[in-house]
Amino acid sequence: MPPRSFSPKVVTANRLLEGDAVWLTPSGRWSPDMREADLIEDEGRAAERLAEAESQAGLVVGPYLADAKAGPGGPEPTHFREAFRARGPSNYRLGKQAELTGS
Amino acid sequence: MYRYQDFDRAFLAERNAQFRAQVERRIDGSLTEDEFKPLRLMNGLYLQLHAYMLRVAIPYGSLRSAQMRQLAMISERWDRGYGHFTTRQNIQYNWPELRDVPDMLDALAEVGMHAIQTSGNTVRNVTADHFAGAAADEVADPRPYAELLRQWSTDHPEFQFLPRKFKIAVTGAEADRAVIRAHDIGLQLVEKDGEIGFRVLVGGGLGRTPVIGKVITDFVSEAELLPYVEAILNVYNRFGRRDNKYKARIKITVNEEGIDKIREEVDAVFVRTRDEFTGFGDVLDRIKADFAPPALEEGRGTQAYSDAYEQSPVFRSWADTNLTAHRDADHAIVTISLKAHGATPGDATADQMRLMAELAERYGHDELRISHEQNVILPHVHRADLPEVHARLSEAGLGTANVGLASDIIACPGMDYCALATARSIPIAQEIATRVDELKIEHEVGHVQIKISGCINACGHHHVGHIGILGLDRAGVENYQITIGGAAGSDAALGTRTGPGFPAEEIVPAIERILTTYLDLRCDAAETFIEAYRRVGMAPFKTALYDKEQSRDAA
Repeated sequence: MPPRSFSPKVVTANRLLEGDAVWLTPSGRWSPDMREADLIEDEGRAAERLAEAESQAGLVVGPYLADAKAGPGGPEPTHFREAFRARGPSNYRLGKQAELTGS
Repeated sequence: MYRYQDFDRAFLAERNAQFRAQVERRIDGSLTEDEFKPLRLMNGLYLQLHAYMLRVAIPYGSLRSAQMRQLAMISERWDRGYGHFTTRQNIQYNWPELRDVPDMLDALAEVGMHAIQTSGNTVRNVTADHFAGAAADEVADPRPYAELLRQWSTDHPEFQFLPRKFKIAVTGAEADRAVIRAHDIGLQLVEKDGEIGFRVLVGGGLGRTPVIGKVITDFVSEAELLPYVEAILNVYNRFGRRDNKYKARIKITVNEEGIDKIREEVDAVFVRTRDEFTGFGDVLDRIKADFAPPALEEGRGTQAYSDAYEQSPVFRSWADTNLTAHRDADHAIVTISLKAHGATPGDATADQMRLMAELAERYGHDELRISHEQNVILPHVHRADLPEVHARLSEAGLGTANVGLASDIIACPGMDYCALATARSIPIAQEIATRVDELKIEHEVGHVQIKISGCINACGHHHVGHIGILGLDRAGVENYQITIGGAAGSDAALGTRTGPGFPAEEIVPAIERILTTYLDLRCDAAETFIEAYRRVGMAPFKTALYDKEQSRDAA
């Protein structure tokens, strides 16, 4: 039986203290820049990394797996909701778009 | 305006101290998120897309200048220098950090405000007509009753775990400016044989299953109000469904059981319990004294107003759209538009909040109101002061003359902020307002209410908009459904879907086609959009929306 297709994922959550969106990096750090996220291509590894995130309740709230794709600068969102989380609101230059340099 | 008693202050201080300790225990790991979440929600703290969000109740939409200034201070000290006024007369701060929230709540308590029961399955902020106490057409000021209900419902032990959230709105006039027909309980002050009482509606609501509220009784007296409302809550608490979140609101209970059965049950509880409600007459009298009408200036001429009206087209335009008749002919009710073309509906910066507070203090008997239409009201301004008020507002970007027009749009925060949203609302509102301003057609179009929600929960009241827009996620793309024919007042009605939705880049042209179609088909300028729709029905609008699509595709 061929392996079930698995669309690539990143682990994302909101930081407990600041509340902002963060992504789990390959080294296990939480980054506010989605491009630094660990793009996970394997289902088993996704489950492992999500479990790792869930064990960090002192740092983050509500971790989940979000669909993503590889881009030139790193992982990119595939759905508009995740794109807004990665960028910030559209009515003001606040959130990531104001806080991250080079974006 | 109601002034906190020692009891209120002590209660808030205790609640805030409890929440401060809960935040500390969450941060030090003693509480899990699952344990903490219901505690923070009880205190109005949500976690949204980009940050926490603190929702602060503005009971029945009334504020004193000092309270507005404190809201400004909070936005600058702990947020990003602005606040968002909502369709339920709350203010939301979109960027607080968890550690700061207890300080924000303490700062609110200093001016008699809180965020309690702005979330959760409880009785939410009791809302009221934003013209209360000033309108020429009201039977009585609804705010003392709203305050009584606030006191009764706050921390009421029986109603902290209702099947679902519960919203009450009160209006003092036949003209319904509080959308009482779209609330779990809607109360309308009425007079019968010289006695003040209430017509009570139940089971209204928008969201996934929109329903117009039904009359459960035509009259309960002032003394019967609390026992009667409590009887409704009691019946809902017992009969309301807890098996399915989407069927848990009282509107479903009323639809499933039938209004007659609900009325019987409520009457049974009411008859049994009403005698237990003693002593609140004194409380109500004290509250009423707090809401004594301001001493309006008499004998001062209104020539300054007449002169400005005659000489300044800009002032005249603003006066024609943003003023409402006050019960005193020398005064006016000023609606300050938070809908500058292209701005975010309902947002005010700290500077704007302080200016509105100053104007209220100098010219408006220290009173401000927040409307469910996301504007700010100065309810008692002498006509002679209006030119000055208008000039000061205009300097601060608050002089837009568009109240009740196409750019005076209600919009929920949508997916720019809200974790529940399925699409954005704010940019759609901004683009529609910008477009009608470019076309310079909104004064010609006249009164039309456009209401936008970014998900099925309908915080933007799209069902009761003359033109409603609902943002959805259709296969990973934002898509907008249009309804026409809804109404939010005493003629409340649910809009009808026009047909298939539109992608984001086509929704503004679609709304434009609806407006120009109306201009083409109306009998004359006196026939409003909603009147024309009721006369001609959906067909011409459907043609304008969809036949054009086909001809463009064919071209």
